[in-house]
Amino acid sequence: MPAVGTSVARKDGIGKATGAALYADDISFPRMLHGRTIRSTIPCGRIKSIAYDFDTTDFTIVDYRDVPAKNAVDLMSLDQPFLVEHEVRHVAEPIVLLAHEDKEVLSQANVIIEYEETEPLFDPAKSSEIFKSIEMLKGDVDSILGNDDVVVVEGTYRTGHQEHVYIEPNGVIAVPEDGGVAIYGSVQCPFYVIKALRCLLGSAHPNVRVIQTETGGGFGGKEEYPSMISGHAVMLALKSGRPVKIIYDREEDMVATTKRHPSVVHHRTALTREGKLVAMDIDVLMDAGAYVTLSPTVLSRGCIHAAGPYNCDNVRIRGRTVMTNTPPNGAFRGFGAPQTEFAVEVHIDRIAEQLGIDPVDIRRMNALRPGDVTATGQTLREDASAHMVLEEAVRRTDFDKKRKEWKGTRKAIGLALFYHGAGFTGAGEKNLKSRARLELTPTGVRIAVGSTEIGQGTRTMHAQIVTDALGIPYEDVEVAQPDTSRVADSGPTVASRTCMVVGKILEECAHEMRAKLGDLSPAEYYAKNGELTVERMYEPPDWIKWDDATYRGDAYATYGWGCDVAELEVDPDTYEVRPIKLTAVQEFGRPIHPALARGQIEGGTAQGLGYALLEKVVMRNGSMANAQLTNYVIPTTLDMPEIDVVMMENPYPGGPFGAKGLGELPMDGPAPAVVNALRHHGLDVREIPAMPELLASSPLI
Amino acid sequence: MQFTLNGEAREVASHPMARLLDVLREECGLTGTKEGCGEGECGACTVLIDGEAVCSCLIPASQAEGTEIVTIEGLGGKHPLQELFMNEVGAQCGICTPGMIMAALSLPEKPTLDDVKTALAGNLCRCTGYSAIYRAVLKWRGMPVPE
Repeated sequence: MPAVGTSVARKDGIGKATGAALYADDISFPRMLHGRTIRSTIPCGRIKSIAYDFDTTDFTIVDYRDVPAKNAVDLMSLDQPFLVEHEVRHVAEPIVLLAHEDKEVLSQANVIIEYEETEPLFDPAKSSEIFKSIEMLKGDVDSILGNDDVVVVEGTYRTGHQEHVYIEPNGVIAVPEDGGVAIYGSVQCPFYVIKALRCLLGSAHPNVRVIQTETGGGFGGKEEYPSMISGHAVMLALKSGRPVKIIYDREEDMVATTKRHPSVVHHRTALTREGKLVAMDIDVLMDAGAYVTLSPTVLSRGCIHAAGPYNCDNVRIRGRTVMTNTPPNGAFRGFGAPQTEFAVEVHIDRIAEQLGIDPVDIRRMNALRPGDVTATGQTLREDASAHMVLEEAVRRTDFDKKRKEWKGTRKAIGLALFYHGAGFTGAGEKNLKSRARLELTPTGVRIAVGSTEIGQGTRTMHAQIVTDALGIPYEDVEVAQPDTSRVADSGPTVASRTCMVVGKILEECAHEMRAKLGDLSPAEYYAKNGELTVERMYEPPDWIKWDDATYRGDAYATYGWGCDVAELEVDPDTYEVRPIKLTAVQEFGRPIHPALARGQIEGGTAQGLGYALLEKVVMRNGSMANAQLTNYVIPTTLDMPEIDVVMMENPYPGGPFGAKGLGELPMDGPAPAVVNALRHHGLDVREIPAMPELLASSPLI
Repeated sequence: MQFTLNGEAREVASHPMARLLDVLREECGLTGTKEGCGEGECGACTVLIDGEAVCSCLIPASQAEGTEIVTIEGLGGKHPLQELFMNEVGAQCGICTPGMIMAALSLPEKPTLDDVKTALAGNLCRCTGYSAIYRAVLKWRGMPVPE
């Protein structure tokens, strides 16, 4: 019986359920110190003086002058320092690092920093420092929008910050070893950390490795930030000569680390009177915060998805991401697409309303089909499923009937149609040159890749793919813990690429290994011939063409497709919204492990519901004012409605066993589905989170 | 201070106002109990004290004097709920899992879905959306599972 397509026992073992699995804070080393980060308390200005108001004996103290080589976190740009030298650009920017063996003594140490404050900038619309701008053009937008025979609908849509709230905060341990240093930590992308540390440390410290510890959730929040905290721990470890552990508490994690980019998206759309889209003019603004981090690529994915899953001959998308004096925003599940797909899906319902068309019919009329051409000029292949997921969602929820019967009651229903490109954008996968390795062991094979298990099931589904491609028992496949000195760099664990891209390389490795083994089992071959290793590099499909200068071409090798239906009840007095049921119909090629895939959809849908209704980051003077789980609220059991998950199949020929990426897709749909249900209820909402305060002040339709 | 920990008498030297969470993790070396927020909101540090599920980050060690404490390690690794959490994918990243399991142990014999939701309302999970956790817990109690 094949492993792929069945919910086999997970490779995680039982450790997560017995408490035996070791997360960063569960690990200690002899003579270990604890590290603490002293951060700026102003959003913008210069440091005048730093004074240590405690007995510094037995403390290790690090500031920017201790940086071995380059004081810059090497990601897309070299603008963000590990430690402030003079200029402060946001609240909670790291300035000084302290280490001590006693956590209590460490927490009492008082560092007095005096500043010369300057006027901060918080409004992205007023920012003149543009980190990245994008313009995409298909057809001719201006002349059509000027025509008299089209209907023009316009609107502005806003989304707020969102905090990841992985239940395990960021944490790492730096351990000096054999003339180098090892990092044990809660990280999504061990090789990103290596890149950052090489830049920080320079050639004097060539021996650096990163070992991923069991990781208590990531969702993008442990994509780029661990480079920062790892750099800090390494500097303290090198200066003290001892292991140093830095674990953030919840408040520090919420105040200092990255969040989802807030956005303002403006749509101006021309349609025929029948409701056919003829021109879309879209403007996207994303607040990057104080440094570049990954904002250019977040903007890129956001812009590419901004026209939604619709066919339109004339599309212009202009985007920019700009500096403000707030902590840098970064990767978060969906990576720009949840923001822009929220805007377009709410806009489509407003269009339907203005034209007097049913929200399902307007999508039937305009949704992309195989052969249609996207905003970037990509001709969709047979694996495009917008209509399939739409029809199934409408049928399954009895949408039309509820839409009619619930009008004017406390109950409401709304839907959102969405898609999500799998893997890196454009030429990204080609440039990454990801590698995967399979190693023969005395009893089977070992997968040796840098892709991390962060709860989504990396170990298990990679093992399933190798099992079937190699034709051996699932039990004979083991998965190495990512240690950058021992595994192949399979690229970052992001962008819904771990199954589709890394899984594909592993499938090819397994085929090559099978050819080398001949008729022998791995154990037989090993006994006879000894070690055997197969390593391969990812080759994207040869038909992918992409021009980064014009943003034209095949933006993604394939897309996942989804239609979410939100059913909810609105309290007429308190404006409290109670979701009753969320139906998530999603097509992602085919599930490798149905139970894990279902978990991705249920969990992503929950995060999307939180984004829609509950999760509000309150910024006060450039700092998160509600940095506690007491008042930044994520969905609890009592907030979650029933989730009806429907997994539809439409295989992608370039993925392992037809699989596409899945992780991010479920994040795109819930927010617009909820807000479209609120519109059905008669509330003109164009912003999330849709808190009761916002609803109470929303215009009635 | 003395208490019974996972069935055995235990004497600890920590400060009486130390958080029970720290006493368990650092002095007793039982790292299965996790810290997610330190303010009693996330439930990752849930343990049983005299049979009741509590957040160990909110309990001063002195308050545990003379009590019977059970942590995730006290289940020994063979509890059916532990296997169900893995098989039903009620655990994804796993950091909330020990606390979630300890909280579920306080459920009545034949819990409804609403009972499960109420019992686990103080335990946050960011990965699963809770559905798979309900499936694990209801199956453990032999109750019908909504599909």
